[in-house]
Amino acid sequence: MKQATRWFSKNLIRIYAGLGFTYLFIPVLYTFAFSFNDYRKSNLAWRGFTLNNWKNPCGAPDICNALGNSLKIGLIATTIATILGTLIALALGRYAFKGRTFVNLLIFLPMATPELVLGASLLTMFLNFGFNPGFLTIVIAHVMFCISFVVVTVKARIASLDPRLEQAAMDLYADERETFRRVTLPLLAPGIAGAALLAFSLSFDDFIITNFNSGNVNTFPKFVYISAERGLPAQANVIGSSMFFIALIIVLLGQVVQRKRKVS
Amino acid sequence: MVDASTSAHGDLKLSHLTKSFGDFKAVDDLSLTIPEGSFFALLGPSGCGKTTTLRMIAGLEEPTSGTMHVGNTDITDMRPYRRPVNTVFQNYALFPHLSIFENVAFGLRRRGIKDVKAQVDKVLELVELPHLAERKPTQLSGGQQQRIAVARAIVNRPALLLLDEPLGALDLKLRRQMQIELKWIQTEIGLTFVHVTHDQEEAMTMADTIAVMNEGRIEQMGSPADLYDNPKTAFVANFLGQSNLIKGAIESNGADSLLVNLFGQKVALPRSRSAAKDSSILVGIRPEKFRIQPEGKEMSGNILTGGVISDVSYIGVSTQYQVEMPWGQELIVFEQNDDGVPPLDKGDKVKLSWEPIFTFGLDGSQDANAGSKLIADEEE
Repeated sequence: MKQATRWFSKNLIRIYAGLGFTYLFIPVLYTFAFSFNDYRKSNLAWRGFTLNNWKNPCGAPDICNALGNSLKIGLIATTIATILGTLIALALGRYAFKGRTFVNLLIFLPMATPELVLGASLLTMFLNFGFNPGFLTIVIAHVMFCISFVVVTVKARIASLDPRLEQAAMDLYADERETFRRVTLPLLAPGIAGAALLAFSLSFDDFIITNFNSGNVNTFPKFVYISAERGLPAQANVIGSSMFFIALIIVLLGQVVQRKRKVS
Repeated sequence: MVDASTSAHGDLKLSHLTKSFGDFKAVDDLSLTIPEGSFFALLGPSGCGKTTTLRMIAGLEEPTSGTMHVGNTDITDMRPYRRPVNTVFQNYALFPHLSIFENVAFGLRRRGIKDVKAQVDKVLELVELPHLAERKPTQLSGGQQQRIAVARAIVNRPALLLLDEPLGALDLKLRRQMQIELKWIQTEIGLTFVHVTHDQEEAMTMADTIAVMNEGRIEQMGSPADLYDNPKTAFVANFLGQSNLIKGAIESNGADSLLVNLFGQKVALPRSRSAAKDSSILVGIRPEKFRIQPEGKEMSGNILTGGVISDVSYIGVSTQYQVEMPWGQELIVFEQNDDGVPPLDKGDKVKLSWEPIFTFGLDGSQDANAGSKLIADEEE
């Protein structure tokens, strides 16, 4: 009895961690497991194992069109938001100007505003300006809400960057442009890459704002939401699981590269 | 356009250089000439304006007024990358994403030199670290990073090399070693070094000329020996080594010597060594110039009687005494342990003597402790 208590108190933190991770990953496991379900109309009850869904991920009508749109929007919005956000972060992190504190505050606002409000007011704005909701309006909306996250992430990296490194570059005959290219940018790169990944994942799975501003353009989250009413095809699980594993591989690769750099 | 970064050379001349931050004058109307090829130290406590001066020379800080010239080239408004100046930064500021080789090659490459290998190898050889060329800065020890920082700067053969507290982050032993090494490198390549430090020993070991700075101004400038022997202000006397400064009044003004009354006891000092403006004077004696004897023994030269030893520290080569004088002041005495006589004890009644020529006189209106507290602050 005493031994059991001791074992328990010794391993309490492990048990706690185990429970925590189970809680986090059960939904992912569920999604993954049900990607192998031999589903009929809905994918809610287990009907037997099959590889058909993985062999033919585009089997459900319109799913790959929606996925393609989401990827395209994600890539375009991420590129624009990362470039603009990085420039804003540099301005906020490196230069003192009138109203900097105010701009800092404004940058936070889109993150704090409920998506529903953003989505609805964006739609109103687009319609008032005579824009038809579609691919372009989705991209504009996504760039808008991604920028704040990019600014915050990159700014944190800039804050940890020793300004003397840039001064040293200038001291060693690098003009402003060369200093940026040879020193500032390479040192900010990990932060910028992190910001880009964050922006992409935000864009990829945004539903609320997208739903308001997409017109009849389908995206993956929209597809999932709409088909959930009629019964979600298992192909959605295949794509969801794939996205998860791709993300996992990217993270692991990043770790490996970093470790290699430290060793060499 | 002729590129000043390679063509300009000559003496560095600062004229009426001033830098204000709001109401605060970090550097106040500073004028000085640093001869080409010299090892020049700007010495002072933190906040005295020495680093600001260095940053203005490097072009990293814009002067509020005044001009800077290297030889005949006006560098006052030049961008940092156009100046014939390179800096060794306080924490080295090596580029963490580049190898040691690329760090050293950085300046050469920016100036469009294609074949950098020979020059980089040569300078790595000079700092004795050619085997580390492919490493990253974080894999190097502090002392190695320091040498790479020097190599990265001198490979460009600037007219001026600026060193901003370059040894501050190293431990004492390594610091001593690097002092000798830097001095050797300077002699070897013959560049002008301008070295900023708060460490008076470091400045004295390395520099040909020291400018002692205080509150944005140059307090005194000269060779290490000159500054030590002939301080002109209480600040310099206390900041550069230790000094006993005793308040007194000049009693008689002879042709070559002054007679001064120190709380009732009379001492003499050479007239040429006095900077007193009126009869009020601070009489200065360096601690090692004192001789200390038990009360009652015969002594020659200037003599102060009535001292009581209040503290004794035995430190091998010498013994340091604190002697409380009748007027309440504690004097510091360093006595060489070379006479076989055992040290005196705490509480012993003693008298102090010294040769009049070792006495210096300062203007009596100053604070006798100026500059001494600052050293204690820096050591923390």
